[in-house]
Amino acid sequence: MKALSAVSAYTWGAIVVMTLASIVGDVLLARAMKQVGDVHEVWQRSGLWTVVARTLGNPIFFLGIAAMTVSFFSLLFALSWGDVSLVAPAAASLTFIGNAFAAKVFLHEKVDRRRWIAAMLVAAGVALLAG
Amino acid sequence: MTLRKYLVLAGVAVFAAAGDSMLSHGMKQTGNISLHHLQGVILAVLNPWVAVGIVLLFAFFAAYMNALSWADLTYVLPATSVSYVLLALVARFALHENISASRWLGIALISGGVAFAAGGPALTAHGHGEEKSSLLAKAAKNGAPADGAAAEDGVPTEVRS
Repeated sequence: MKALSAVSAYTWGAIVVMTLASIVGDVLLARAMKQVGDVHEVWQRSGLWTVVARTLGNPIFFLGIAAMTVSFFSLLFALSWGDVSLVAPAAASLTFIGNAFAAKVFLHEKVDRRRWIAAMLVAAGVALLAG
Repeated sequence: MTLRKYLVLAGVAVFAAAGDSMLSHGMKQTGNISLHHLQGVILAVLNPWVAVGIVLLFAFFAAYMNALSWADLTYVLPATSVSYVLLALVARFALHENISASRWLGIALISGGVAFAAGGPALTAHGHGEEKSSLLAKAAKNGAPADGAAAEDGVPTEVRS
């Protein structure tokens, strides 16, 4: 891995933007899909069209998509600069930790010890895979 | 958790791994994109690897939205991070790349994280938990008024229009 001083400001910027955007996006999309309801059940009860209409009729869903689009394009830019080995895993790793906080605060999920350990193990593992 | 739900989670992981590897392969062929040459983005999308990668990421997204409709974010994310393990195994056994000790350790940690998450409950945060949901589904099948079941889903009426 490169020395940290050799990592450009663009790369750090991409990491920060990608992490924040994907946390915001994940939280918004999770909330939107909870409002849509269990896709299997809605599908069985009212048909696929209802699932699609409820999802596309949900404004929070589109805010989530917007955040994910920002995250996706910052990855696309970063990939072409050749710092993939740093940007993608660093952002992914930070996103797992950030999402655990955000899901607890904004989605009121019960992030118990099991969930924290799972998030930490995955974040550490993703960071190691990049090394 | 039903077999179908495990298949949805597996779909999230497989589509993410396949889509990401195709995108990164394609982007290496198309070369640099800079803020001053945004037309590079259009060229990138015309690359077949990037195009197929984008299609796969749409499939990933559909499976991911499906999973988030019945499971917590803090369950879905660690459970589907098995995609990183898949990527590493493809690199090792299909592309015959060398995997260092630290990367094997990374794979082991992620696998542990997947097991930890998957061993717990899928849904904690919401009124319509798994048992209640299946009761509602049964009630709906038995001819109980569907309106009641739909209203208890917690779907605000303005969202349904």
